Amino acid sequence: MGIDYMYPEFEVVRNRERCINCRICEKECANGVHIFNEEKNCFAVDESKCVNCQRCVCFCPTHALKIVKSDCRLRENANWHESTVKEIFKQARSGGVLLSSMGNPNKLPVYWDKILINASQVTNPPIDPLREPMETRVFLGMKSHKIKRKENGEIDCTVPPLLELSMPVMFAAMSYGSISYNAHESLARAAEKLGIYYNTGEGGLHEDFYCYGENTIVQVASGRFGVHNDYLKAGAAVEIKMGQGAKPGIGGHLPGTKIVGDVSKTRMIPEGSDAISPAPHHDIYSIEDLRQLVYSIKEATNYQKPVMVKVAAVHNIAAIASGIARSGADIIVIDGFRGGTGAAPTRIRDNVGIPIELALAAVDQRLRDEGIRNRVSLVASGSIRSAADVVKAIALGADACYVATAALIAMGCHLCRNCQSGTCNWGIATQKPELTKRLDPDTGSERLINLMTAWKNEIKEIMGGMGINSIEALRGNRLMLRGIGLNENELRILGIAHAGE
Amino acid sequence: MIINAENLDYKALNDLIRSSSEDIQITNCCGHRFIAAGMENKSVTINGIPGNALGAYLNGGSITVNSNAQDAVGDTMNNGSIVIHGNAGDAVGYAMRGGEIFIKGNAGYRAGIHMKQYKDKVPVMVIGGYAGSFLGEYQAGGLIIVLGINIGSKKILGNFPCTGMHGGAVFVRSSCDGIKLPGQVTVSPASDEDMSLIEKHIVKYCGLFGCDADEILKEKFTVIRPDSKNPYKQMYVAN
Repeated sequence: MGIDYMYPEFEVVRNRERCINCRICEKECANGVHIFNEEKNCFAVDESKCVNCQRCVCFCPTHALKIVKSDCRLRENANWHESTVKEIFKQARSGGVLLSSMGNPNKLPVYWDKILINASQVTNPPIDPLREPMETRVFLGMKSHKIKRKENGEIDCTVPPLLELSMPVMFAAMSYGSISYNAHESLARAAEKLGIYYNTGEGGLHEDFYCYGENTIVQVASGRFGVHNDYLKAGAAVEIKMGQGAKPGIGGHLPGTKIVGDVSKTRMIPEGSDAISPAPHHDIYSIEDLRQLVYSIKEATNYQKPVMVKVAAVHNIAAIASGIARSGADIIVIDGFRGGTGAAPTRIRDNVGIPIELALAAVDQRLRDEGIRNRVSLVASGSIRSAADVVKAIALGADACYVATAALIAMGCHLCRNCQSGTCNWGIATQKPELTKRLDPDTGSERLINLMTAWKNEIKEIMGGMGINSIEALRGNRLMLRGIGLNENELRILGIAHAGE
Repeated sequence: MIINAENLDYKALNDLIRSSSEDIQITNCCGHRFIAAGMENKSVTINGIPGNALGAYLNGGSITVNSNAQDAVGDTMNNGSIVIHGNAGDAVGYAMRGGEIFIKGNAGYRAGIHMKQYKDKVPVMVIGGYAGSFLGEYQAGGLIIVLGINIGSKKILGNFPCTGMHGGAVFVRSSCDGIKLPGQVTVSPASDEDMSLIEKHIVKYCGLFGCDADEILKEKFTVIRPDSKNPYKQMYVAN
């Protein structure tokens, strides 16, 4: 009631003819939207708590439920959008910094959707992936740029440590704490079966998952949670997180309410204590300092693991990436501004950073211009939604992509964007035992394997259509791309011609 | 085993340390970085000045430096001990979560940033002289003890100590008058109970560097602790 009252964003529509009062919806909704009134033998609804996660809709045995957007709106205003007004109400009431989850949902250009892929016709025949071998394997890390010979004249075949991926996609960093044990297990098992990698994020590595080490990338971020020698040695690679696409320039903050039980143990901090990752690494103020952290990790792991450096895509990303390449990092990860997050200040998420497509193209070009592209591999992330996005990213210059939101969706996420609440009804972004058990790692890993297998086949089909039979021949092959509806600047930065040219 | 570091680069020196199963004495050390990074056991004694990131990710064993040390000593160390018979540079003990660091003299900027603890694993850092600015920023656990021995007119703590602190404690052998501390910490004279937490570390410091523990313990200590382990909880509103 009163000035701050907001009519609920969603309404629950219950088809009374279908509803059998089985109360499954009540059980499935951890937010407490559906309340059964035993006296009246009917449901009451508290729609103010509904986040439209679709859990009740999916589990209603008689399909009696649907969630619709409320039509109780403020007077339309093209300048003062309803969401803007409501945000002001929230801040006027609380004085708080607005906090959101998942990637930037605003209408901003998605360049993937304005890039078209080529196909062969007549002169250069397509390849049928069902009939002919297609190579989707990639190796990430520093590549030799010249042939070296030993004293006896034989070719020196020693190469720096590399990651071998069966397909150019990996699961991006999501910490244990921000997502559940079962979600981590699903990712780890799927990565192992698929011959790819998943990433611990900055939450340490649960002792049960050391057995997946060969398919694990362990992360070192500014808070250094769960980082110790065994952890560094457990993974196949070590990733230094400098930034994240959803919140460039600011740190992470897992609230104390999520630091419970094994999460506390794995992060090696007391239960209930906030896990604060400061915005900067306090020992990194320059490329030289970054080099020091890179090499301290290489020394601690005896030069057996590639070291990755993850940065958010920001305005001068090309120069930053050039510095990182020279810092001794083996792999650079660039995370675009549509990337997801378990929690980020809304204003940062929605206004800071640049799209991955432009950042990736700029970085690849800069590293080529400087003759250092072979020194590092590039991983693109920040809302890679499909096999087509992967193919376009590789043609723009990526060696591989990271996906996280797509992986969460495969495990059941319905993108309600309330990860920060800790009451994820799909059992993913929560630590509540009654909710986490909803995600069965057998099912989770199987669905991830299905998704990636499907993408791999799609990648092969798209490549075959172009007459290309290996990722190697697609990487940086911008002739395979055309822009549609892009202006000259955009085309120049992407390094592609317009459709029809 | 004695290693003469004079004509070795840091990689060659560290390879020798890694491959040795004996305790090690390094002579002519001159800015070699990453010495004993990730070391699990062994004892390493360094004559000369070690370079940055000495004992990073240290997991056990001991390191003794018979002179000054440079930046990032004991970065993210998990266990073991580091003893410096001189001053330490910036960012000593960044994110350490176990083991102990004893510095005879002063520490540079950003000492003990983001130190943390878990259950019985409580890291300890004793700084004999003064600590530079930003001491214990974001401290999430562990003990930092600053003794202020022989610092003359120099302030015992630099600017902005304990900003964002949300765990652990900082003990300062001073009344801390004139030292500006942030709002989210409580500052109080150390009680007998507080002192019982640090007495043994001071005795150890005195044993290592040859001074009189009783003399040092005579002075009043101030203890700084966070008043919340959730310092930013009130800052946000779900959108």
